[in-house]
Amino acid sequence: MNEALKKEFAALVGKDNVMESESDRFSYAYDAAVLEPVMPALVVRPETREALGRVVKLANDNGLPLCVRGSGTNLSGGTIPKQGGIVVLTNALNKILEINEADLYAIVEPGVITAKFAAEVAARGLFYPPDPGSQAVSTLGGNVAENAGGLRGLKYGVTKDYVMGVDFFDVDGEIVKSGSRTVKCVTGLNLHGLMVGSEGTLGVFEKITLKLVPPPLAQKAMMAIFDDVNKACEAVAAIIAAKIVPATLEFMDNFTIRTVEDFAHAGLPVEAQALLLIEVDGHPGQVADEAEKVEAICKKLGAKRVQVAKDAAERNKVWEARRAALSALARVAPTTVLEDATVPRSKIPAMMSAIVDISKKHKVTIGTFGHAGDGNLHPTFLTDRRNKEEWKRVEDAIDDIFDVALGLGGTLSGEHGIGIAKSKYMEKETNHATILFSRRLKKALDPKGILNPGKIIGE
Amino acid sequence: MSDLPELLKQLGELDDQLVTCMRCGTCQAVCPMYEQTGREADVARGKIALLEGLAYKLVKDPEGVQDKLSRCLLCGSCAASCPSGVKVLDIFIKARSILVAYLGLPTVKKIIFRGMLTKPGLFDGLMSLAAKFQGLFTSPANDVIGTSCSRLLQPIIGERHFRLLAKTPLHREFPSLDTPAGASGLKVAFFPGCMVDKMYTGIGEASLKVFKHHGVGVFLPAGQACCGIPALASGDMDSYLTLVRENLAAFKGGSFDALVTPCASCTSTIKEVWPMLSDRMSPSEQKAIKAIAEKTMDINAFVADKLGVVPPEPAADAVTVTMHDPCHLKKALGVSAQPRKLVAMNSKYVLKEMAGADTCCGCGGSFTLTHADMSAKIGQRKRDNIKNSGAQVVATGCPACMMQISDMLSRNGDNISVKHPIEIYAESL
Ligand SMILES: Cc1cc2nc3c(=O)[nH]c(=O)nc-3n(C[C@H](O)[C@H](O)[C@H](O)COP(=O)(O)OP(=O)(O)OC[C@H]3O[C@@H](n4cnc5c(N)ncnc54)[C@H](O)[C@@H]3O)c2cc1C
Ligand code: SF4
Ligand code: SF4
Repeated sequence: MNEALKKEFAALVGKDNVMESESDRFSYAYDAAVLEPVMPALVVRPETREALGRVVKLANDNGLPLCVRGSGTNLSGGTIPKQGGIVVLTNALNKILEINEADLYAIVEPGVITAKFAAEVAARGLFYPPDPGSQAVSTLGGNVAENAGGLRGLKYGVTKDYVMGVDFFDVDGEIVKSGSRTVKCVTGLNLHGLMVGSEGTLGVFEKITLKLVPPPLAQKAMMAIFDDVNKACEAVAAIIAAKIVPATLEFMDNFTIRTVEDFAHAGLPVEAQALLLIEVDGHPGQVADEAEKVEAICKKLGAKRVQVAKDAAERNKVWEARRAALSALARVAPTTVLEDATVPRSKIPAMMSAIVDISKKHKVTIGTFGHAGDGNLHPTFLTDRRNKEEWKRVEDAIDDIFDVALGLGGTLSGEHGIGIAKSKYMEKETNHATILFSRRLKKALDPKGILNPGKIIGE
Repeated sequence: MSDLPELLKQLGELDDQLVTCMRCGTCQAVCPMYEQTGREADVARGKIALLEGLAYKLVKDPEGVQDKLSRCLLCGSCAASCPSGVKVLDIFIKARSILVAYLGLPTVKKIIFRGMLTKPGLFDGLMSLAAKFQGLFTSPANDVIGTSCSRLLQPIIGERHFRLLAKTPLHREFPSLDTPAGASGLKVAFFPGCMVDKMYTGIGEASLKVFKHHGVGVFLPAGQACCGIPALASGDMDSYLTLVRENLAAFKGGSFDALVTPCASCTSTIKEVWPMLSDRMSPSEQKAIKAIAEKTMDINAFVADKLGVVPPEPAADAVTVTMHDPCHLKKALGVSAQPRKLVAMNSKYVLKEMAGADTCCGCGGSFTLTHADMSAKIGQRKRDNIKNSGAQVVATGCPACMMQISDMLSRNGDNISVKHPIEIYAESL
């Protein structure tokens, strides 16, 4: 990039907020996806929303590819920049602008950290439910751009269910307003809906309005132990059929159970073929009632044992086991690939047995855990990306998993996004017309193709 | 070494450790550097990526990488919360020495480590000379904390408020000791560490008083050297190895149940770093290191866990004391209940926790000199938490943290005194 242009960026964001050394630029060449790094030409960190808008305009005026980056924790390469392009950081835009307790909404800048926001909301006696596993570091802007989910998705929904409005910069740096602070709003096109899951390809968020809800008064957690994956899946279906929607309904396969037990010594039953970790919440009376019913359903469908947490400490133990899943698996092998294929809930048994077959066929190690209630499993590949031959088998196995998921009426990604990792599979799930429509839409909004080019719909 | 293929080869040897980082970014939530700057190259994930980039020739500027590596407190917060169990500190310490071997050590550090620190006799002599004359060029800053500041030294130490060197260092007061186990049936080897020997001698005296009270025998050999961490953190592997050898020689032949230090950094260095790097030493030295490391204990843990002490009820008018958890104690060794128990042993004090007791104080050894502004920013946060706790005293089990916290409190004009938990306990005896 020429010096004059660098100076122009420096004039917009301040000299200290422009990074051009090789070592600074290389540290924005990757994200949490297992992909090859690509170094940007420049990294800028605007400290005001106005400066963010001007940066977008300057990039567009010069036809520079622009990749917005929150915390860079996405698992699909959404923040791997384009060669010669710039990375724009949002982490200095981290103010909570308003928490409105009367009207149950909050307005935030895009770089606010999810967990800090949730804690601030909780301190006012309210609740922001979306809780991705990365919430201690992810930004709300990143959550909206990926439509992030979490453990509470089954009952409370995902990020999109909380986005009331998004104000965003178009490529000319003009602010586009969409949505409102009201529960109802039909003014204009649903542009904020378009922004959700857009992965930085259609606009750059300036402000986000998020819905808040009252917190549940009580919770009850339990662990149901099964010696057969199918029985566990039947229990999941039966719980929903009984018109009970647990806040959380998580699954762990035998490999994951054993790995967690090795790592955390949490007293998990290593011989179990499947574990369901379940939490119901709401009014205390309802919670007691539903917990009893869930326990009875699990037992009726063949759970060997159901351990109901008696107090906060026991509840914590249940969730510690779940939280330890990724940590434990990640330590088994150098490279951890967290997949995300999602199927209709009733197809989980079929998906699970397919995963077992695929792991045998390609001789790869897969531990599976995830959100059983949502049909959103995380088959986690444990491998070593330096071993070319094994890595090829992993890639083939991932292809097979997508084929099976799509064959079962599922989707490529439940919550981790498409980015560049999965864009080549897009047409398989949708069709050519869908890709064309999306490309035309992008072309109209971003004629020079500067906004995160190559992501989701290719180029 | 100084040639590129050798640099790449050495970095390649770190590859098995580097590859375990899955780039999840979880370390961003806890890194005190990242909290200040929001820059990816300041957090563990960024530094590990840079080292990998260098090893695979994607990054071509080793000096740039070295600069980023130096922007780190070696506090271990990242490692303690890493889901993938990446041995971040092992990586950083080894990488620093690999890069220094390639790029060379800055002259100032060469003089300090190679010319002085590795020669305990000379180091002690220079320090006692400095102790005699320091009054001439410093002036008192805060009586409660016991700090001074200096116009004359400003170019070297900046605005820092510091504690003067002790008039008589501990090794002059107690050149050597070898007393048998008493009522406790235990005997310890005592490793005061440089800062307790030369600056915070009161901590050494308090430790010996507590040992005596409990009938603990003490082996305090002459000729102890620095534990090595300052040299190693600057990438000077040779000086580090020399220092370890000097210490092995000093403690050789002593018989003791535990090697006890009142300095969190010394404890974690001897316990964790010595064994980690012992493959660079002879088999007999490796054996000696293993034996010593296994026996090494922080003094808080020793008193609380081995001497069966039972805290009394605090007095009604007890002085409030808040506790700072040194990174090298809590995150490295899992010691956090024990210093609190030691404070509770003195009924004249009562604990009052601060917010973020276990966040880094910003010292990071020589980081506080090389990156003074950043160190002060991180320190200011700690100071605010201490102040907001409303406590009259702050206690912490590491003299390096004590120095940093004293500096920050003194610069803010706070009248909050800074003590080691062993001093508080010793006051009650
Ligand atoms: C350990 C781990 C656990 C995870 N668990 C979950 C989980 O449970 N559920 C889940 O859904 N995901 C999960 N993720 C994935 C990831 O954390 C989420 O996708 C998260 O929303 C990304 O947030 P971020 O701030 O890191 O965004 P980034 O990774 O920085 O960016 C993500 C995308 O958002 C775009 N973007 C960011 N800010 C803006 C903006 N202001 N305007 C426009 N576009 C923007 C970027 O261009 C990019 O395309 C996990 C990841 C890890 C590493
Ligand atoms: S938390 Fe550990 S694995 Fe994750 S990015 Fe940091 S060092 Fe790497
Ligand atoms: S050791 Fe401390 S300062 Fe260094 S990267 Fe880790 S958390 Fe950050």
